[in-house]
Amino acid sequence: MKLPAPVGRKSVKARAAFSDAMRDRVIGLASPLLLLLLWEVAVRAGAVDARFFPPPSRILVTLVALVESGVLWANTWASLQRLFWGSLIGGVPALLLGVVMGIYRPIRAALEPLVAATYPVPKSAILPLILLIFGLGEASKIAMVAIGVFYPVLINAVAGVLQINRIYLDVGKNFGAGRWRVLSTIALPGALPLIMTGVKLGVGMGLILISIAEMIGAKSGLGYMIWNAWEILSVETMYVGLLVIAVLGYAFTLLLNELERWVIPWKADH
Amino acid sequence: MQSPSTPELFVGEGASPAKIVVRELYKEFRTRNDTLVAIDRISLAIDQGAFFMIVGPSGCGKTTLLRILAGLDTPTSGEVRIAQEDPSKPGNSMVFQGDSIFPWMTVWDNAAYGLRMRNRPQHEIDEVVGHYLDRTGLTRFASAYPHQLSGGMKQRVSIARAFANDPEILLMDEPFSALDEQNRTLLQEELLRIWDETKKTVVFITHSVDEAVTLGDRIMVMTAQPGREKALIDVPFERPRHVLELRARPEYGELVYSIWSRLRDEVQQARLQDEAMGSK
Repeated sequence: MKLPAPVGRKSVKARAAFSDAMRDRVIGLASPLLLLLLWEVAVRAGAVDARFFPPPSRILVTLVALVESGVLWANTWASLQRLFWGSLIGGVPALLLGVVMGIYRPIRAALEPLVAATYPVPKSAILPLILLIFGLGEASKIAMVAIGVFYPVLINAVAGVLQINRIYLDVGKNFGAGRWRVLSTIALPGALPLIMTGVKLGVGMGLILISIAEMIGAKSGLGYMIWNAWEILSVETMYVGLLVIAVLGYAFTLLLNELERWVIPWKADH
Repeated sequence: MQSPSTPELFVGEGASPAKIVVRELYKEFRTRNDTLVAIDRISLAIDQGAFFMIVGPSGCGKTTLLRILAGLDTPTSGEVRIAQEDPSKPGNSMVFQGDSIFPWMTVWDNAAYGLRMRNRPQHEIDEVVGHYLDRTGLTRFASAYPHQLSGGMKQRVSIARAFANDPEILLMDEPFSALDEQNRTLLQEELLRIWDETKKTVVFITHSVDEAVTLGDRIMVMTAQPGREKALIDVPFERPRHVLELRARPEYGELVYSIWSRLRDEVQQARLQDEAMGSK
């Protein structure tokens, strides 16, 4: 079959743009595969120490074994549950408090210094304190995630309310919106785009903190799996754990982008 | 004396036809080392059902005056009284300058905002909002979000929102100033058409003499800052008015010219003040 000849410059350009995008995609897929191949070859040739960098083929075998035994799933599920509850327990109060702080100046004046003083403390540094307070069980893991999610959501919610055009508050007042209505119909939706940014940052932070928290005194979770693998020197399992965390992080990004599209239908650039 | 706070609503007794009474209204803004008088003892009586225009150079305090009428600002002294016939109705609704419709609500939800805030029954909201979306030509866009609309369409939503709220008085703060000439003329026509059906008392602020003569029954010309009453002019044209036909009439041109000649000094004055501020 004969292909129709491109007409004029425009279609030539469009074609060029299309093939550029295709080429980018092919390169994007090929480069990590090439790296894995190089890795495999380097290990087999003895150029790289297999104790630290086991060949990808062996990691894959371990991955399959861990999936089949159910170990991987059990640990992933444990981490996911902690992430979920932690995000909820940290995120929801942060959202409400942030919106209230954004609207009421005295509350903001009272709490802003507290937030500014505690925010820079590395969350990993308070893990011992959290363990002391909440013990070695689930509560301490969930608390770590909650603290990690809390700050970005709070800070972004405050900023989100503050950047709302004052005219909308005048409209609310003029049309008789009471305090609660100002919160629910103006402050919250107006701040939502920035709140979503806070949620994305918070979940990322939660993923970091859950891995750390599970390395100490935990009996399940991806962090525990990685730490345990170190103790028994099963380096392949360590790599499987890292891989799963990376995949989770990527999946959360996609999921939250989708959520954002759904809760902010008025955003122009979707 | 009436405390200088939000406009007092009183139940009209029919003795006076005035819908809005403003007495000796005075407003100053204090900055660190300066006191700026925005409104200097303005008194007004605006009749029930009048389309009242306020024209003045920029910075003459006309927006401040409107915000005080709306209860969004408080006067330093003086009083504002708005006759309330129906206690269940809101005192006023404002059409704001620039983008004031909520970007996160659809056209429909924006137009229904006032009624929702007053907890009106759903069937009433459906009926009233449906009516005003129809009158403003927005029915097709009921479920659109503001970012999908042009500037003229957004101002139509703002007008529908104010009319749907069915207030005692309507306040309009240069609602068409950001629109291009053609859109402005179209919206003026539509506003007159909707207003003719309701005959609500309107206070409309503009810096355009043309707009004031086109729309108003009465025009107050304000001085440059501090804002005082410079002149009060009756507009003799009958209603309903057709904007383009009206503008073609010689009396129209004469009235615009006579108002302009009174306003010119004030605009000049405002410019000098601006320059003085700039050189400070």
